Formats: sequence, C-alpha cells, structure tokens
Amino acid sequence: MLELRGLSKNFGGVQAVDKLTATIEEGEIFGLIGPNGSGKSTTINLICGVFPVSEGAIFLNGKDLGAMPPHRRLRTGIARTFQNIRLFGELTVWQNLWVARNSIEDIAGQGFFSRWFGSSKLVREEIDEMLEFADLADKGEELAGNLAFGEQRRLELARALATRPKILLLDEPAAGMNLEEVQDLDERIRKFRDLGVTVLLVEHVMELVMGVADRIAVLNFGQKIAEGSPTEIQNDTAVQEAYLGAPEETA
Amino acid sequence: MDFYFGLAQTIGIHTLLGLSAYVLMLTGQLSLAQAGFFAIGAYTAGIFTVLFQWTILPALISGALIAGFFAFLIGFPALRVRGLMLVVATIAFSEFVRLFFFNLHWRETIDNLEVGPDSTQGFREIRFFSANGWETWEVSLFVWFFVIAVMAGLWWMDRSRAGAVLRAVGEDELAAQSVGLNLTAVKVAAMTVGGVIAGIGGGLYAHTVTYIDHLTFTVLLATFAIAYPILGGLSSVFGTLAAVIFIQGILIEGLRFLGDWRNILFGLLIIVVMNLKPSGIFDARTALMLKRMFAGKRGKPGDA
Repeated sequence: MLELRGLSKNFGGVQAVDKLTATIEEGEIFGLIGPNGSGKSTTINLICGVFPVSEGAIFLNGKDLGAMPPHRRLRTGIARTFQNIRLFGELTVWQNLWVARNSIEDIAGQGFFSRWFGSSKLVREEIDEMLEFADLADKGEELAGNLAFGEQRRLELARALATRPKILLLDEPAAGMNLEEVQDLDERIRKFRDLGVTVLLVEHVMELVMGVADRIAVLNFGQKIAEGSPTEIQNDTAVQEAYLGAPEETA
Repeated sequence: MDFYFGLAQTIGIHTLLGLSAYVLMLTGQLSLAQAGFFAIGAYTAGIFTVLFQWTILPALISGALIAGFFAFLIGFPALRVRGLMLVVATIAFSEFVRLFFFNLHWRETIDNLEVGPDSTQGFREIRFFSANGWETWEVSLFVWFFVIAVMAGLWWMDRSRAGAVLRAVGEDELAAQSVGLNLTAVKVAAMTVGGVIAGIGGGLYAHTVTYIDHLTFTVLLATFAIAYPILGGLSSVFGTLAAVIFIQGILIEGLRFLGDWRNILFGLLIIVVMNLKPSGIFDARTALMLKRMFAGKRGKPGDA
C-alpha cells in the first residue's frame, strides 16, 4: 500500500533518514521504532510532504507522491497525528472535526456551497460518530484547548479519522500517557484496523508497539537495521544493541 | 444633527475597512494592502459615476469587484510569505496603487465641466449624492445598509464551516494542512473577500467626501485597517465595530480639543491594549459578559 523506496533526507550535513526502503501492506499495523533522533518523525513528515525528500520516492497504491503538495496527499488518503498534539485550540471540539471532515473531494456529490457553508445531516451524523469514537460525545461544544491531555489525544485521533484516511500515520501517540491510557490507545489502534485503515505507528512506548504491531521496522541513525515481527525484533541482536538493551531489561 | 450623520458615515466606512482586514486576520495574516484595495474601490467607483455617469449601485459593486480581483491577483504571490515579509509586500502593493492614482490623469468634459482624476490635484466633484438630492441621513442609511449586510454576511460565515476553516488556518497551518486544507486557496479566498469589502468601503468613502486624493490612501490608512480588528479582537465582527466607534467616535471626534496630541494616544492605546488584553478589547470573555447583560435586560418585566 505505502512504499518507501530508498528514502533519504539530510538537513545540512545531518543524514536524518538514510536510504530507507519499506513496504507497508494494506490493513496491517506497521510499527516504526528507534532511539531518539533516528529519523522516525522525519519519515512521517516526508510522507506527508512537510518537507521535500532529498532522495528516493514514496508511493501510495502505486502512485508517486513526489510532486504532490501536502493537502493533496491527504486527499489521496494519508492522515496523521502529531508528536506534540496540534489541535485547533480556539475552535470547539465539534469544529475541529468539522474542519477535517469534507476535506476529501469524493464526498457524495457535495457542491461548493454545502461543503463550505452547509451542515448537512449526513455530515452532522458522521461527526457525531467521530465524537462517539473519541468518547467525547458530551464535549462537542467545549474548546479543544480546554480539554484534558488524554482527551486532546483522542480528539486528534478522531480528527485524523474524520478525513477518512486509507493510511494513518501516528507520531508517538502514547507520549505522556499512563499505562491505562496506553491500554485504551491500543484498543483504538486495533479499531482503526477493523475500520479498514492501515496504520503506521511511530512509537517509543514498547508495551504498545510490541503488543499491537503486526510488523516492526527499527531505525538507527536514519538507517533501517531490522524488520520483522515483534518477536523477531525483540530477539534481534543488532536491535538490542542499538536500542532495547539487554532482553531482561525490556520485560 | 448632520454632524452625527456624518460621523455615522465615517464609522460605517471605517468598519468596512476594518472588516476587510478582519477576514484575512482570521487566517493569521496581517495585510497592509487594505489601503490599496480601498483606494481602488474609491477611484473606480468614482470614475464610474463621474466619467461614465453610472448610478451609484452598479458603480459601487463594480469598484468592489475590481478591488477584489486585484486582491485575488496579489494574493497568490503575497501570501507565499508570512509575517513581516507579508507586511512589507502588502505595503509595497498599497504604495503602488497610491502612486498609480497619484499619476492618473483622466479628464473629460461632461456638462461643460471638466471632471475626473487630475493626478496630483486629486479627484474632485464626485457628487453623485448631492447631484441627485440625497440628504445626509439618506446617505448614512445607504452606507449602513452595506455595513450591516457585510457584518451579517461575515457573522454567518463565521458560524459556517468556512469560518472554522479560516480560524483553523490562522491557528496552526501545519495541522490545517494535515487535515487536507489547501492553505493558499484558503488565504487567497480570504484576501479576495477582504478586497471586495475594502472596495465597497472605498467606493462609499469617495462618494461621501466627494473629493479624494492619493494622500488619503497612505500606510496610515492601512494601519487603521488592521488596528480595528487588533483592538476589537477576532471573536466576532462586533469587536471591529466597537473598535471603530471607540477610535473614530471617541478618540478622534471626542478628543478633538487635544489637537495634535491626540495622535500620540493611538500609539499609547495600542501598547496598553496589547499588554492588558492581548486578544482584543472585545474578546470572547467580554462577548460572553455582554451577552449575559443583554439576556438579563431582556428578561426584566416591563422592558419593551
């Protein structure tokens, strides 16, 4: 589904991502892990077109994303969340989802007017569904900036989902969460898969990635040093050296 | 009484000017091009009624559309830059427009009278209202018809998805982009709407004062345009109106006895507001307070 071919990015002299090749299959949850500064977030930013790639190419369902501006990439089905939550804090929870909704062009024959000025029953029902998904049904009218941290994370997930993505890029969604919240996130990510959304999960919290991911790739200094199932990754000596430490420490 | 009707016209026209900047400010852009759009509206509407002998409404609308068209055109290059660079780019545009009209000489003899823009001498005799026997109060009503229409339109837009989108872009461009919004399209749309609104204001201005010259459309006017929404806050269109009433009605007219010292107050005022109420005088909290007061009043018995 999503194919990275020899993806490279250097900032000045720093090689943030170095010839990364990976294929994410439709319907899977693909984990991307690695120590700090190993190029995980950069990879997400490259896929979203936040900055241009230095070398290599990105294909979504065989379509080259190279020359595509960021907002068009989303319309091809790529949605993301941010490492440091980026909601529209001065807008209400409902408005956050409303802005994200309708962004895709193929929404059932909607004209210019109804897209920008209308609020059809269909759209309202869908947004209610998203609120339900995020367990924020009673907070629709609150300003997003006033939500508690965990609620903001859930809203950001719902906002990404509201764009109706084919693939969802999650940039450290568990950062700052306690164990209970991580458990909840785990279930939500599985729910995404049940909805037919492919997930690329960049994460530091090992409990989450190891539990939820079908396959994992490990980055170190921008290079992929391993790829495989969670068990394979846990037993890979190169990975242990680079990142996980000795096996007894990870338990 | 005419003094107050005249003041009402000034307040109405400046409200339009402020609202033109308000729309773009929702997307987080600070533009000093509003003076340019205002000038385009003023000169073109004036040319339509004086040289082409059109009636006021089509002249105003054409002037506004032309101003909007230029806003659309300069939106593309100008909105590629942000912050200070945008301010500089838009000042350049306003100055370009001003100097164009400074040099525009287009005189024609109509009814044995030579009329039209006369470059450095300005554009005199834009006398549609007095030639057709409009009273001052009628002109004021006419001006406020547009002010109310624009305010109602923006109020409604603010509550639609378009309003949420503008504010989303203003708040976080990266996040807005990540939910599929085309930043350039959103900003250029806001710029165009702002241009149309400033164009209406300019056309009305030219016809209420009957004489315009390039000196009216300097950077100072552009500064006023952005000062209103900054002072009034971006929570609603009424903030801009409140700021205009405050500046034009109270500061400029009310404090006339202070002479030139008055001008110092502007600078001081902006500094004070920036420090005490960074989100504007009329921010969300004030709006809520007023709403409660209003609701309370309405609830009282015997209050017709």
